[in-house]
Amino acid sequence: MTQLIIIAIYLSLLLGLGLFASRWFSGSSKDYMLASHSIGPFLLLMSIFGTTMTAFALVGSSGEAFKEGIGVYGMLASSSGIIHSLCFFLLGVKLWSWGKKYGYTTQIQFFRDRLENNTIGLVMFPILVGLIIPYLLIGVLASGSVLQNMTAGAFPGTFPHNVASLAGGIPPWLGSLVICGVVLVYVFFGGMRGTAWANAFQTIVFMVLGVVTFFVIATTLGKEALVYEAEKKKESENAAVAQVNPGETPITEASPDESADAVDDGAVDDAAIDVEGQSFGTYLSALMRQVGHEKKTRSHMSMMKFFTYMLIPLSVGMFPHLFQHWLTAKSASSFKLPVVAHPIFIMIVWVPCVLIGIWASAEFVYSTLPPPVQANPNAVLVFLVKSKTSALLAGFLTTGILAAIMSSLDSQFLCIGTMFTNDIVAHYKKDTKEGDANQVWIARGFIVLIVAITYGISLLGVKSVFAMGVWCFTGFAALSPIAFAAVYWRRLTAAGVYAAIFAVVISWSYFFYQADFGAHRVYSVEIGATTESVDFGTSGAVTMELVAVPLNGDDEVVVTILSKEFPEKKKDNKPVIKVDEKTMTIILNTREGLETDFAALNGALKYHGFVRGKLIDGEPKTRVPTEPQSIVLERTGNSMMPVAPIFLCSIIAMFLVSFVTKPPSDATLAKFFKM
Amino acid sequence: MKSVVFILVVILLILHQDNWNWGNDTLVFGFMPTGLLYHACISVGATITWFLATIYAWPASDEEAAK
Repeated sequence: MTQLIIIAIYLSLLLGLGLFASRWFSGSSKDYMLASHSIGPFLLLMSIFGTTMTAFALVGSSGEAFKEGIGVYGMLASSSGIIHSLCFFLLGVKLWSWGKKYGYTTQIQFFRDRLENNTIGLVMFPILVGLIIPYLLIGVLASGSVLQNMTAGAFPGTFPHNVASLAGGIPPWLGSLVICGVVLVYVFFGGMRGTAWANAFQTIVFMVLGVVTFFVIATTLGKEALVYEAEKKKESENAAVAQVNPGETPITEASPDESADAVDDGAVDDAAIDVEGQSFGTYLSALMRQVGHEKKTRSHMSMMKFFTYMLIPLSVGMFPHLFQHWLTAKSASSFKLPVVAHPIFIMIVWVPCVLIGIWASAEFVYSTLPPPVQANPNAVLVFLVKSKTSALLAGFLTTGILAAIMSSLDSQFLCIGTMFTNDIVAHYKKDTKEGDANQVWIARGFIVLIVAITYGISLLGVKSVFAMGVWCFTGFAALSPIAFAAVYWRRLTAAGVYAAIFAVVISWSYFFYQADFGAHRVYSVEIGATTESVDFGTSGAVTMELVAVPLNGDDEVVVTILSKEFPEKKKDNKPVIKVDEKTMTIILNTREGLETDFAALNGALKYHGFVRGKLIDGEPKTRVPTEPQSIVLERTGNSMMPVAPIFLCSIIAMFLVSFVTKPPSDATLAKFFKM
Repeated sequence: MKSVVFILVVILLILHQDNWNWGNDTLVFGFMPTGLLYHACISVGATITWFLATIYAWPASDEEAAK
């Protein structure tokens, strides 16, 4: 209930802020859509950062780190720090200058003018909106899910649920409705000014709360890590005593308040000490000692995939909502602060989240995660916050996550409303002389409509939309050469842009089809993959060994698959996976009467990244093996993100066709470039 | 000086692909994986580079053009 009260207060504050911002509203469409170019450096930084950082920055980053290890920071965060600022610097300032001079409000207005082509707007409009809709849906669905998780137990009688851990939580349909409603109110009344203010407020909220949460979770888990180390030490001592003197009474087990000083060179000291009195650095060290090698390195990550992921942040160059934010700047100098501070802001948010994610993969934390959380990495942060911090902090962090979600949703809703109004209605109905005030109401109408449509689609339960996120970014990134060329290449023609769009649509569709329309969540274009079959026995001590090549092309790794009866105390049928630098051991529990969980085995294989496995004989489901089973272990070579070939297609098509078609007129060149 | 800034950006992009850190699990200060610290430094390096860009390579003409 505490969480709920904090969330309610936060949402009320946001509503108040949006309504307060509306008092500054002059009534003009320019003011509603661009805040009359009045946004200074600080607000611009906060609104742009809040818009580019979605819920993924908090929830997804820790989840990906839990799954993939520290590599996600380099793959998604440090690259964004360089590329995003590059886009603000090279595109943002220039487009702001032209936008202010020639009165653009949307990206399509700019392209129509620059390319001297009216139809380009009709081609780009459905593509841009089509790529934003799944992005919006992710935010709406995530908000409902976060609210349900964090309020679970608050209304046990009102909102029952089959899953015990979600019983009593606000159902997703209601949570999403509330969030959509709040965003709608402050965007509707406050327009771009309300959006920028709300974004700034929300960015401060999620950054501050993210850092506070990091310190609290690090301290709590650090203490548990020290206790765990002490217990492990006692266990090994007991085992040693039992081996030497079988009749001797073993040392008593460590109590929870006992631990060992483990500061010096990673060793556990003999003297048990109070975990409460340790320094923060001691907690961090204890935690990191429990993290596996593969999570502290990128040994299981493809170098080529890492390299090609660098193209994804280029998507900000084509985001229509970011284009609109750029145009709100008061002056070109307003861009200086966002350009400089963006990389460091990303670091402040991402480094703590990545650390929390890899700590959660440590055995003593992982074993406490409920199976649904183990299976859904995005739930890791929420679970840790709920189980390791106070209700008060959990409430605050929920507001932080919601802030990250809403600070992107608002800009996207406003942007789509603005595009409908300017690029379709105002552009094709000039003769009706729609008044300026009317345009504001048309934009508001479209915003209400798009919120309603998005919310309606979210009710259809299209969970696969989460896998669409990277495909949206891929599409925008592959279209970004158009934006760069429009600003810096005089020879760019409308035909070249059509060719680039056509190439992107075709190649994107091909790879999307290859990825089973997004169902293959970690799809990448593989280079040199091979497969081999391995038979499993039904029971008994069967041992199989094969050799796999890690994704980074290092030395071969020995993968041993064992089936054996586990001790009585391990009653589940999950395979036990042990991984170090050169070996990987998978142990299946074949104790009599226990079903072998082949689905879990496949999940574990994928999770550890060395090999990919799938059951080729029947459906991958839990069952009693009555005959030898086969799985295919795919020894994966290098791989790359599909954005790389799509991006390449876009550039080649744009250059080739632009070169062979009629160059832009002198008037256009004189308008945009120094002659 | 503009070209120096752009060379710095290119160097950052090259340094970002740190193949030499791939399997390095050394913990700096006892708790920070080398690969993560390295990329955090890339973020700091990006901030410094872009700061230099705003001083030495800022397109002041765009401010004028807008007026």
